[in-house]
Amino acid sequence: MLSRTADHLYWMARYIERAENMGRVLEVTYSMSLVPNAAESEAALWLPALEISGNVDEYEAEYGDVKATNVIHYLAMDPNNPSSIYSALRNARENARAVRVAMTSETWENINALWIEFDQFNGQDLAKNGLREFCDWVKARSHLFRGVCFGTMLRDDAFSFVRLGTFIERADNTARLLDVKYHLLLPEQEEVGGAVDYYEWSAVLRSVSAFQAYQKIFSDTIVPWRVAELLVLRRDMPRSLHACLDEISPILEQLSGSRHTECRRLSGELHSRLRYGKMQDIFQQGLHEFLSDFIDSNNILGAEIQRAFLSINPS
Amino acid sequence: MQKSLQSFFDEMQLDKTAPDENRVRHIYAAYQDWLKDIPHHQLESKRQEAELLFRRVGITFNVYGEEDGAERLIPFDVIPRLISAAEWSKLSAGAIQRVRALNMFLHDIYHDQEIIKAGIVPTSILANSQYRPEMFGVDVPNQIYAHIAGIDLVRTSESQFYVLEDNLRTPSGVSYMLEDRKMMMRLFPELFRRYHIAPVDHYPQVLLKNLRAVAQTGVHDPVVVLLSPGAYNSAYFEHAFIAQQMGIELVEGQDLFVRNNAVYMRTTQGPQRVDVIYRRIDDDYIDPLVFNPDSMLGVPGLLSVYRNGGVTLANAVGTGVADDKATYIYVPEMIKFYLGEEPLLENVPTYQLSKEDELQYTLEHLHELVVKEVQGSGGYGMLVGPAATKNEIEEFRLRILSKPSNYIAQPTLALSTCPTLVEAGIAPRHVDLRPFVLSGKTVTLVPGALCRVALKEGSLVVNSSQGGGTKDTWVLESDLFEPKELMAKNAKKVAAETVENNKAESVC
Repeated sequence: MLSRTADHLYWMARYIERAENMGRVLEVTYSMSLVPNAAESEAALWLPALEISGNVDEYEAEYGDVKATNVIHYLAMDPNNPSSIYSALRNARENARAVRVAMTSETWENINALWIEFDQFNGQDLAKNGLREFCDWVKARSHLFRGVCFGTMLRDDAFSFVRLGTFIERADNTARLLDVKYHLLLPEQEEVGGAVDYYEWSAVLRSVSAFQAYQKIFSDTIVPWRVAELLVLRRDMPRSLHACLDEISPILEQLSGSRHTECRRLSGELHSRLRYGKMQDIFQQGLHEFLSDFIDSNNILGAEIQRAFLSINPS
Repeated sequence: MQKSLQSFFDEMQLDKTAPDENRVRHIYAAYQDWLKDIPHHQLESKRQEAELLFRRVGITFNVYGEEDGAERLIPFDVIPRLISAAEWSKLSAGAIQRVRALNMFLHDIYHDQEIIKAGIVPTSILANSQYRPEMFGVDVPNQIYAHIAGIDLVRTSESQFYVLEDNLRTPSGVSYMLEDRKMMMRLFPELFRRYHIAPVDHYPQVLLKNLRAVAQTGVHDPVVVLLSPGAYNSAYFEHAFIAQQMGIELVEGQDLFVRNNAVYMRTTQGPQRVDVIYRRIDDDYIDPLVFNPDSMLGVPGLLSVYRNGGVTLANAVGTGVADDKATYIYVPEMIKFYLGEEPLLENVPTYQLSKEDELQYTLEHLHELVVKEVQGSGGYGMLVGPAATKNEIEEFRLRILSKPSNYIAQPTLALSTCPTLVEAGIAPRHVDLRPFVLSGKTVTLVPGALCRVALKEGSLVVNSSQGGGTKDTWVLESDLFEPKELMAKNAKKVAAETVENNKAESVC
């Protein structure tokens, strides 16, 4: 298939996934704000949401102090924030529009309908009213997107690039979420797992739809290292890093065919780390170090995929 | 002042003064019978349903000069335009004849120029900016230049059709012919039981077959692609739609490159050779090395490969010289010259403002003429005298005087009207018709057309960029259809009407 087409499909899927994850972060932060004394201040509660998206400086330049109303607007609706849900969905739709031929008409119509529906939230003050519904809608739309791809697309390269986009983006988001939360909850002098804030951690779990899974697997109180294990090493947990690499690696094997691509090697290496790694060793190395390293490697993997398949000028 | 719409030929109603039951044209009888029981709000809700569906599918176009990202729907009218089998056979034969002659003209003008030697077309045509000297002596497969031609037709009476213009560069609108039909079948399935309407949805297959047929000899299984300027082009939806229907890649200039006298596209598995390019980019933008050097849309080196026979372009480079408004006047003569036949379709009488006396006449009659830029399209840069204000006329007069040869003038035609759903109900609006003629091994056209309708009351400009809409065009498979329900109701009346219409038919 055309490299440009593959590029658009890949980014379409990444942006949809990005919107979903942003929706999850907003939702979970919002529910935390309803728990009494969940954080010292409004700023302490909402800052992590900004950190996950990696745009704290840009936010402060535009809005100043960290306030719930502003953060919600910035992350959900601000067209000037390239990571806002608005921007992500718009980009997803623009990418889809550029290659509508390469997908099934159902897939295209689904994304186009998403963009038309988005209008109902435009101009709405979500901080006051309707944030929950909005986040639910974003998630549901993302589920629908994956479903329509899975249910209607031919299992060819186009499908592979859509899947690739979804899981590269998801791995990045899960790693960031875990990193930000873990970092904040564990002051340096405190021992791992020393202070467990049940609400914080259950919120993290819920944000990746893992609360029930946790209960089912561990049937125990929620402790940070098990949350980390669930989101890093458990391959049966669909938003974990391991599960993402389980999807990415075989796709790159198949797309590379007989070619020796750096992205294939890198994904194999990352995959092995998650497949054969032990939580104990990861904690010894430091979870934060492990996660930052993972985020970097995942970024490089993205760049290598770009170089091998998507660039306009493969040299 | 404008003529009242009542004084124009109406596609549905023959005699506007007759009592209701007698004035409907024969082919519309069954439709009228159906329509009279449909309340306005029901039609209106169908129209809204169509709009919603079109928006959902993304059948939109971009208007140049509007804020970026503005996507608009072309208004769709739920009342179809009907063409009888007899009318169609005449129109299609005429359109085919015209395109055959135009292709022969293009071959001639880029080779021996016999038509100039014969004194039929003046030598000045070689100075036309649409004449591409780069094409001189270049042989194209099957000697076909205009693989896809859109012939714009207007009607002024029961029997009088005129060719308004030929579109031989990158004619657009065929997606509306196809999508409007799908929409009508969805909204009004019952009407498709009353009428035997010729199907149009095989158009992409015919086109693909033709495009494959014009690959260079020796290419076994040609790779065909559609070259589009990209998602921000006004006709992008159509490019995507047709490529999808034909199952070919939709490429942009950046996806293609030239190497060793061949064109390749960049794919995830490396370069792939391309044999036929259905291009929807104008000549000027197609190769920055030869034409507009600022073009980001084209492919550097494409023209050189093309001239050496390494790739086929459809339409060919240089077709603009044949659909130019200054060339238009010679088409009837071309038909006689190349085919030895009498033209089946007439041209609109045209004044060439490069000629002193015709310029004089035009300047004296601006208020009743339509003046067009020779190379203009899309309804831009034209004056519709009867609808223009004094100031507009005076302003246009100056423009003409600054370069008369840039303009032609035609009488304001009494374009036929067709009943159209507007806010106040059903009212007559002016329409035109653009069938698409396809040339490959043979010259054919599918029985259908883009029907454009000027939605503004009294307006004669049907272009979508100027607020025009579209209608589905129903070409009837046979005029001897039996509107069964109608006959059951009133067998006698139908018999009487048929006699009436046979009289009317024999006039043309």
